[in-house]
Amino acid sequence: METLAVQVLNSLFYASVLFLIACGLTLIYGVMRIVNLAHGNLYALGGYVTAWAVLRLGTLPPAWLFVLLPAGAIAVAALGAILEPSLLRPLYRRPEEYQLLVTFGLLLILEDLMHFLWGPHPLSPGALADFLGSTSILGATYPNYNLLVIAVGFVAAALIWAFVYKTKFGVILRATSQDRRMASALGVNVKRVYVQAFTIGCFLAGLGGAIIVPISGAVLGMGVDALVLAFVVVVIGGLGSLEGALVGAIIVGAVRTLGITFFPEIELAVLYLIATAVLLARPAGLFGRA
Amino acid sequence: MNATAALPKALTLRRVGASTIPAALLLIVIPFLVPPYQTILLSYGLIFAIAALGFNLLLGYTGLLSFGHSAYFGVGAYAVAFLVKYFRVASMEAFLVGGIVASAAAAALFGLICVRYTRIFFSILTLALSQVLWSLALKFYWVTGGTDGLRVPTPTLLAGLAQAGGDKVTFLSRPYYYYILVVFFLCVGVMWVIVNSPFGKALQAIRDNETRAEFVGVQVRRYRWVAFLVSGIFTGVAGALWVPLNGLTTPDIIYWPFSGEIVFLTVLGGFRTFAGPIVGAVVFNYLKQYAIGTTTYWQFILGAVLVVLVMTMPAGIVGTLGRLGWRSQRAN
Repeated sequence: METLAVQVLNSLFYASVLFLIACGLTLIYGVMRIVNLAHGNLYALGGYVTAWAVLRLGTLPPAWLFVLLPAGAIAVAALGAILEPSLLRPLYRRPEEYQLLVTFGLLLILEDLMHFLWGPHPLSPGALADFLGSTSILGATYPNYNLLVIAVGFVAAALIWAFVYKTKFGVILRATSQDRRMASALGVNVKRVYVQAFTIGCFLAGLGGAIIVPISGAVLGMGVDALVLAFVVVVIGGLGSLEGALVGAIIVGAVRTLGITFFPEIELAVLYLIATAVLLARPAGLFGRA
Repeated sequence: MNATAALPKALTLRRVGASTIPAALLLIVIPFLVPPYQTILLSYGLIFAIAALGFNLLLGYTGLLSFGHSAYFGVGAYAVAFLVKYFRVASMEAFLVGGIVASAAAAALFGLICVRYTRIFFSILTLALSQVLWSLALKFYWVTGGTDGLRVPTPTLLAGLAQAGGDKVTFLSRPYYYYILVVFFLCVGVMWVIVNSPFGKALQAIRDNETRAEFVGVQVRRYRWVAFLVSGIFTGVAGALWVPLNGLTTPDIIYWPFSGEIVFLTVLGGFRTFAGPIVGAVVFNYLKQYAIGTTTYWQFILGAVLVVLVMTMPAGIVGTLGRLGWRSQRAN
């Protein structure tokens, strides 16, 4: 029984982080029709910034360090607000191959930027994770920090849902994603919406990185690994769909967790095969439109 | 000024020969002019050029951006490694045949799955499938050697007719270089025939206007699949040639950033031209080696080059040169 509880919680833990990354990716695609290959490295950057901030100010009492957690998210969001007008805006009217290439170039640049700023060794602000201790759930000892991550994931999902479906800005966002020209004709400042959407997407990616680093540390290459997984989530859930990102994240989190425990050799392959199967049966994903 | 002055000059055999024969002659005599290291470096460039030629059949001529071409490169490479590991084969010809058969099988299977979709779904699907292969190569370490990879020793060329005497460097910079060069010329020739054939024209029609092509009678899906198959085979040949040169094959060449590099070098040369991928592959190879040799942050350099390239020179090297040449001709 304990193992089952641990498996479920671990699945949700992975799913939380994956959801944050995938949500940003799908939001950016849904609104701007850009597949952001650099999204994984934005997640990594968020992780690095948070890890660095926590380690730098490590003498503070741990309760204060929690305030620093969103530092990574905010930094990446700020970067996104700069990147969108400079790198992506010139490419909207060009064929989408060029958008993929620019974001791929950005991926390479960010990878070495992190290497340059923080060196080749991982950063581990583990003190934050240890500080919260652990609780006993159904007989198994489970770290409280992981529960916090799960909570953050759920809260983020709820907040994003409310934001997109219940606020005026959310309406504008959805309108722009459905029909850019019409929204523009109705007076929406599409350029501004694009920057805002990209910034929100980057914030989510950075937040994903920020909350995972106390557990797994900030490592070079984590962005590239995460990106492909985020792609699988978004493919399963549907490009452009937020519910799809949530469901996809849960599915991928579950398959990964169960896979690592029960069939470790083909666990990765199973994931990509599921993505392939979904693409074949329903290319728009479980919740995607057309 | 009459109307014909506004059109680019026709691609006559004479004009093509004028630009390619000096290049071909240079390639033939280069091992005698430069140190062995440079020759070996150029060999890598030629191998990537073959891969890029294949890739561009899909991108430039059929309009499909595959982000999973590393899969066929890797299949070709691992086919060679398996031939060595399980069958103790050492003949380069057998390596090539093995690489072609394996990559053809992979491309045929993946192509069946992928060509039903276009644009971003096609790209993501090719990416996902290449990642399936990568994860298998990574995890089944008792077969594939995992991250250690599989070693491939020096093969025999032409069943021993070409002397392999001397050390490995001499072998790689002379006999093996010419072997690669011959295969390269063959591949260029075959690809030239393909893209100028009715099949090639049909592919371009599909690229330009899929619906119209279908209404004219072109079986879009079947032509795409054949293009996918041919493209995969070319890249598999490149992979098979690459392993003896590299001595080792690891899952890294199936990992998706390598697919990104293939896209990068094709666009660098110019994916709307025939020679673009070749030029792009060779230039990219030198660029990458130079960057790696200069700084630890070589990915930054490559990324910056890519961004600048897309912003300012989207037609690539050959494309931009072609445009400049045309403009200067028009001015006359």
